[in-house]
Amino acid sequence: MRNNLIPAIRLTIVCSVFFCGIYTLAVFGISKLAPENSSFTKSKSGFYETVGQSFTSDKYFNSRPSAVGYNAAGSGGSNKGPSNPDYLAEVQARIDTFLVHNPDLKKNEIPSDLVTASGSGIDPNISVQAAKVQVKRIAKVRNISETTINQIIEQQTEKPLLGLFGTEKINVLKLNLALDNLK
Amino acid sequence: MNTEILGVILMYATVVTLAIPLGRYIGKIFNYENTWLDKIFNPLDKLFFKLSGIDPTKEMNWKQHLVALLTINVVWFVLSMLVLTNMSWLPLNPDGNPSMSADLAFNTSVSFVTNTNLQHYSGESGLSYLGQLILMLWQFISAGTGIAICAVVFMAMKERTSETLGNFYSFFVRACTRILLPLALVVASLLAFNGTPMTFEGKDSLTTLEGQEQQVTRGPVAAFVAIKQLGTNGGGFYGPNSANPMENPNYFTNIVETISIFLIPIAMVFAIGYVLKRRKLALTIFGVMTIGFLLLLIPSIYFEMNGNTAITQMGIQQNMGSMEGKEVRFGSAASAYWAINTTCTSNGSVNAMHDSMTPLTGMFTLLGMMINCFYGGVGVGFLNFYIFIILAVFISGLMVGRTPEFLGKKIEAKEMKIAMVIALLHPFLILVSTAISSFLYAGNPTEYAGWLANPGYHGFSEMLYEFTSSSANNGSGFEGLGDNTPFWNIACGLVMLLARYLPIIGPVAIAGILASKKYIPESNGTLKTDTSTFGLMVFAVIAIVAALAFFPALTLGPIAEYFSMIK
Repeated sequence: MRNNLIPAIRLTIVCSVFFCGIYTLAVFGISKLAPENSSFTKSKSGFYETVGQSFTSDKYFNSRPSAVGYNAAGSGGSNKGPSNPDYLAEVQARIDTFLVHNPDLKKNEIPSDLVTASGSGIDPNISVQAAKVQVKRIAKVRNISETTINQIIEQQTEKPLLGLFGTEKINVLKLNLALDNLK
Repeated sequence: MNTEILGVILMYATVVTLAIPLGRYIGKIFNYENTWLDKIFNPLDKLFFKLSGIDPTKEMNWKQHLVALLTINVVWFVLSMLVLTNMSWLPLNPDGNPSMSADLAFNTSVSFVTNTNLQHYSGESGLSYLGQLILMLWQFISAGTGIAICAVVFMAMKERTSETLGNFYSFFVRACTRILLPLALVVASLLAFNGTPMTFEGKDSLTTLEGQEQQVTRGPVAAFVAIKQLGTNGGGFYGPNSANPMENPNYFTNIVETISIFLIPIAMVFAIGYVLKRRKLALTIFGVMTIGFLLLLIPSIYFEMNGNTAITQMGIQQNMGSMEGKEVRFGSAASAYWAINTTCTSNGSVNAMHDSMTPLTGMFTLLGMMINCFYGGVGVGFLNFYIFIILAVFISGLMVGRTPEFLGKKIEAKEMKIAMVIALLHPFLILVSTAISSFLYAGNPTEYAGWLANPGYHGFSEMLYEFTSSSANNGSGFEGLGDNTPFWNIACGLVMLLARYLPIIGPVAIAGILASKKYIPESNGTLKTDTSTFGLMVFAVIAIVAALAFFPALTLGPIAEYFSMIK
């Protein structure tokens, strides 16, 4: 053991300089080469488009429920189990609230992503269906035609990767910014 | 075809395609053959050894390998404790985060040095950037340890009689610099170019479109996430790991990160074929692992895409599947795929909350960790599989009435005893510790009310999952468990320690003893170990030893929950 201790300590120091220091700085340097729009920077609107925001008012497309109130400095999920009665009551309450705000809607039209909390609590996206079911309400509140809103949804829909892989989705922040830009 | 399923097929096809050449490269590294990166790495390695005062050509026997491994791990643990309990006043702490309590620092240090990455803290508020960087160091070198010790077992399996098996430090440095470092640089760059933060600035605050104040935690995330995925570490920069849109911004980064989980574990299997010049043996092992993996994967994807039956009963559409704890940009198929990837290997990172998955998916993630060798952690996954091979050789030998031999070495009572102890250790640690915690909880549910976020069967699953994850050195969690208490910090810490080092010592001892035995060339009487029949035999041993030992516990948790939900 003693023969190994000194080399072990020295090797640990060398490794820490190399992997904490040089590796991190190398990645830092490489990241500086990334073009503005693909690195983690604020967009023209002054927001981080990848970080979800809370939208609960009727004039905006609502974002998904969040277990942490869209706190991007303490993100997290609900960690509720699928059979937990308190959790299921919460989902039921979300359904009821959503129906109150969107009276023209039938229950079986609501997609599950609108009544379940995301894993990070700052999910920036909703499904296309989740946007479509909110069109009537927003048209009424903003006094604009449903066709215009549907057009925005179509413009903002992000297809699966290369049209082949993954989900179809919409960034709620970008969608709402487009909505505000109408006037 | 469904684009979510296509995404899963793409990820698996790509990782196997990449793992084949990587396996050959890893094989060359441990055979000390020339590779095209030698120009950079030969001088770099020389510098490492010169500064550390190590002679990398000094041959070691299996005991010396283990002593070297354990000594350096002790050094890491001590250094980790020092940093984590003093972070608050050390540099690189722009958000002013506090130091850890002693029990939390113990848990976290053990967790990262053992390649587990169980996290009882949340990265945003529980660590300074120095803390994150020191944990990132363990992510590199604990993975390097696993690969190095696996290389020792490869050396022992060669067709020769030998006491010495190469030099531990040499394998270790080669694993870190020549395998982990280049891959981490590539992955970190891909992430940084796709919207993952890489900065040393502290939190940013902004006013949202609806007028609320929002704080955004940043940091050197890209560098951290790359090695956490590649080294089967799994400890995230942010609390919810790769579900967080900064840690994993889009479907492309999700593909990159998912591939990084499986890449080295699969490549290690192909490396065996290269090092030993036994391609058929490698393919047999790969076949058994793949079938096992698919058996866990396919039902998990099915159940997640079908959604939560309790929510279906409320009359809600679940076109996207069960979405509680999941992100829209990944969807349920890619989340289930990640969940099985991360539990079959000992990675433990997540892109969706396992606690909220449907009951049987929860069970398959548990089974992945209970078996812990369908590809498995970098290096150590093969060590676990090696134990099952030894058991299968012995049992088959008894069945056909031949002396059990593996790769020309006789397996005798001593090796069998070690193999049995190691095979039973994992169920023992998991079941005994879960029994103790259940007993405490049942005896005083009001005092321990903070432990469980969910009642009933699911609450039991949370405790079972935590100890399974600790014992498998996995690190994922049913995060509803209130686990930052002295009981969980210390109990999980002890389980992680025993479950890391004993399953390294056991296989290395067996391999070392076998290596020094006389080599018997293959003859007609030799039991063939590279056939599908033998593959089936290994599979049966895994099913009996690993899976059946846990069946009663699984019945009390996820299976009971599943049946309680169908009406």
